[in-house]
Amino acid sequence: MSTVEQSPMDKAPVIDFDKFKPSRSHTAARKRKDFAMGLLIGLAFIVALIPLISLLWTTISNGMKRLNLNFLSYNMSGVIGGKPTPSGGYGGILHAIIGTLEITLGAMVISVPIGLMCAVYLVEYSNRSGLAKSVSLLVDVMSGIPSIVAGLFAFSMFTIIAGPGTINGFEGSVALSLLMIPTVVKSSEEMLKVVPNDLREASYALGVTKQRTITKIVLRTALPGIVSGVILAIARVIGETAPLLMTAGYIATTNMNLFSGQMTTLPVYAYQQYSTLSVTCPASAGPSCVTSIPMERAWAAALMLILIVLLLNLIGRIVAKVFAVKTER
Amino acid sequence: MSSASNSATTAAGGKTADKVFKGVAYACGILILVTLAAVALFLLFRAWPLIGGDQAQNVAAIESFTGNKAHNFWQFVGPLMFGTVLVAASALIVSFFISVGIALFISHYAPKRLATALSYVIDLLAAIPSVIYGLWGGIVLVPAVYPFWNWVATYFGWIPIFAGPAANPPRTVATVALVLAVMILPIITSLSRDIFLQTPRLQEEAALALGATRWEMIKLAVLPFGRSGMVSASMLGLGRALGETMAVLMILSPGLTYSAHLLQASKNQTIAANIASQYPEANALGVSILIGTGLVLFLITFLVNFIARKIVEKASV
Amino acid sequence: MGQRIDVKDLNIYYGDFLAVENVNIEIEPNKVTAFIGPSGCGKSTVLRTLDRMHEIIPGAHVKGEVLLEGRNLYAKDVDPVEVRRDVGMVFQRPNPFPTMSIRENVLAGVKLNNRKINKSDADDLVEWALRGANLWNEVKDRLDNPGVGLSGGQQQRLCIARAVAVHPQVLLMDEPCSALDPISTLAVEDLINELKKEYTIVIVTHNMQQAARIADYTAFFNLKAVGQPGHLTYFADTTTMFNNPQNEEAERYISGRFG
Repeated sequence: MSTVEQSPMDKAPVIDFDKFKPSRSHTAARKRKDFAMGLLIGLAFIVALIPLISLLWTTISNGMKRLNLNFLSYNMSGVIGGKPTPSGGYGGILHAIIGTLEITLGAMVISVPIGLMCAVYLVEYSNRSGLAKSVSLLVDVMSGIPSIVAGLFAFSMFTIIAGPGTINGFEGSVALSLLMIPTVVKSSEEMLKVVPNDLREASYALGVTKQRTITKIVLRTALPGIVSGVILAIARVIGETAPLLMTAGYIATTNMNLFSGQMTTLPVYAYQQYSTLSVTCPASAGPSCVTSIPMERAWAAALMLILIVLLLNLIGRIVAKVFAVKTER
Repeated sequence: MSSASNSATTAAGGKTADKVFKGVAYACGILILVTLAAVALFLLFRAWPLIGGDQAQNVAAIESFTGNKAHNFWQFVGPLMFGTVLVAASALIVSFFISVGIALFISHYAPKRLATALSYVIDLLAAIPSVIYGLWGGIVLVPAVYPFWNWVATYFGWIPIFAGPAANPPRTVATVALVLAVMILPIITSLSRDIFLQTPRLQEEAALALGATRWEMIKLAVLPFGRSGMVSASMLGLGRALGETMAVLMILSPGLTYSAHLLQASKNQTIAANIASQYPEANALGVSILIGTGLVLFLITFLVNFIARKIVEKASV
Repeated sequence: MGQRIDVKDLNIYYGDFLAVENVNIEIEPNKVTAFIGPSGCGKSTVLRTLDRMHEIIPGAHVKGEVLLEGRNLYAKDVDPVEVRRDVGMVFQRPNPFPTMSIRENVLAGVKLNNRKINKSDADDLVEWALRGANLWNEVKDRLDNPGVGLSGGQQQRLCIARAVAVHPQVLLMDEPCSALDPISTLAVEDLINELKKEYTIVIVTHNMQQAARIADYTAFFNLKAVGQPGHLTYFADTTTMFNNPQNEEAERYISGRFG
């Protein structure tokens, strides 16, 4: 056990460790810095909370004023200036809610099959080929397309295919689906990857074809996650404004036809009311005429929009949590 | 698809269904490539009059857009590009440190239960539609933030970008940058948090065992590990800020200069907001020009996102 | 010179769960003390309480005293950061900082303590620490290469150099050879033998032969059943432990392992 050969330390330089001893003041400075950084990091969070609370608070408190049954059940036809309508309200968002639902539904019908099948391709068929890598990279890039560019694309496409000046709800759906597809692909891809390989192999071993394995086993297992991903994707595009401004337009009346004529959506409605700022009331109009009604309508529409978005988020999360596939961690 | 319904009965049918399904999956994968190409091509096609059309008309259209300030496309899109990058970069600078701070707070400071709650709050910020940020920014933030900008202009006015007098109401790049900073904060925060949480425990313990304080441990182990993740998260946030339309449109008082005076109004405009605001009144040629600017925006964001993803790819290998 | 450690009535908790119960042990200065025992018996946990690394896990805490040369490490006014500077630690798997060169890795701890080090002092210290870790001859020509470029055994010795560069009084080693091949293991064991001239060494090991080869004293930890707290069953000098243990559990464990 004893070391016969000379120790490697014999040649080592002699070190005066006092030189490296921390000075008292330096130790204190380190402690102060540690504390200060902790404080700053905690502060960063509070800084982020301020806008969130302020935003939610103003939307709720301003929106509550006009968000009532009358507001939800009438459109803007027959609304003149700040005067009340015969129904006793000041116009409403019925047409905008219908427009939002139809256009979003249209976007969903386009993007869910494409997005889902693209995810199936990436996970089940690609074998990590070069094509798959570029598809995967471009899906990522696509998720970064500015929404206004998506609007311009849909607008250009419809101008070229259906003639200049075409504006309808479906055009909006196309624009939104461009924004929605990458989100659907990403979330579905994650969910398909989580499905354990044993399930696939067990199915193949029984002689089941690949197509049936995927539809009956893999997609069935991943369904809750996919549904939740789709709901979250909808929540993301339902608040889009800019692309709809140029593709779906803005009208006062209810348009039920997705494929013809302009269609108002909730975010566009809120924006248009915000741009109107205020209306003038003639002297004869009396106290029931409200000059600030456009802004009040904008807040009410905004509150409605937030409620829809948060509800969708909540449903998406609950679906993901409650129906989640139990996999071993 | 009719073969799919009776495919179950025969093996041959099963094979056909198999092929069809595989074909559809491949088609959808390739459709992504086609779609992106189509976006570029359609935009290019609609913007074509700008390049191949009558240049005299183009000049006239651009002059009518800008009140005779710009005479060709690059004079027009130049300040817009500058404005877009200025707004997005300012937003990123504000957002970056706060986002990284929050990400560290969630990953290394907060107790677990609080951290989960915080993650939900950040998700909530991400869920709010941009039109509502615009509404809040235009009505609540603009009047509220004026005293602060005024204070900044008074005491930091010697720094060129903060040169006063601060505009009132402050419909300025500075205010827009604050709103955009809040909007991109969830992106940067959640991506950085994910990467910080992956820091190898051994690295953290190595730092602590050497007698590092918590902050020194973060500097020694967490930040070096998360560097590429933070960069790519910022690029993604930048990409989002570059393309944001509504919040800019609803807050910023536009102008077409190369000024970087963040506190002064009517100096800059972004490509996206410019398209949204001029689009309703534009004639056919005007729309072509706007689509031309849209193409420029598309290329810029494409580049930024592409670089971000490449960084992630490299880091994950 | 190494310092002695006295552990008195130490109970170690994860949240409400009592992980290790009532440890009393005296660790002699400038000797190698090995902790052995079955998996989950808490030997690593006890080791980590000696430099207050245990408490970095949320909810983890201890009751009792750990005295380093008579000073209670768990007294209220003691800063864990300073404890960890006086007590160095080497981990199961080598963990050099991936973004740092060999030289920077060695100096990492010292740079925390003292910002102003002149270059020649730093050079001397790097050489001293790397010689101490028996690594100098292998890396002296490539000190600016990244530390993660070394082999596993070299990385582990680099981590030892990093730990000794701070000049601690005690060196804790948590299964330092478990991720190494036999030749690297031998190199590290030789090094431990060398290091005990300067430091008090506590080592956790799964490898009974290793404990027999390098330790002066051996502590055997055990637990009654899974979910029950672990405890120190038997503590003796290594010769007694392996040749003539006065404890039935320890004897069964040791003979079981030796077949």
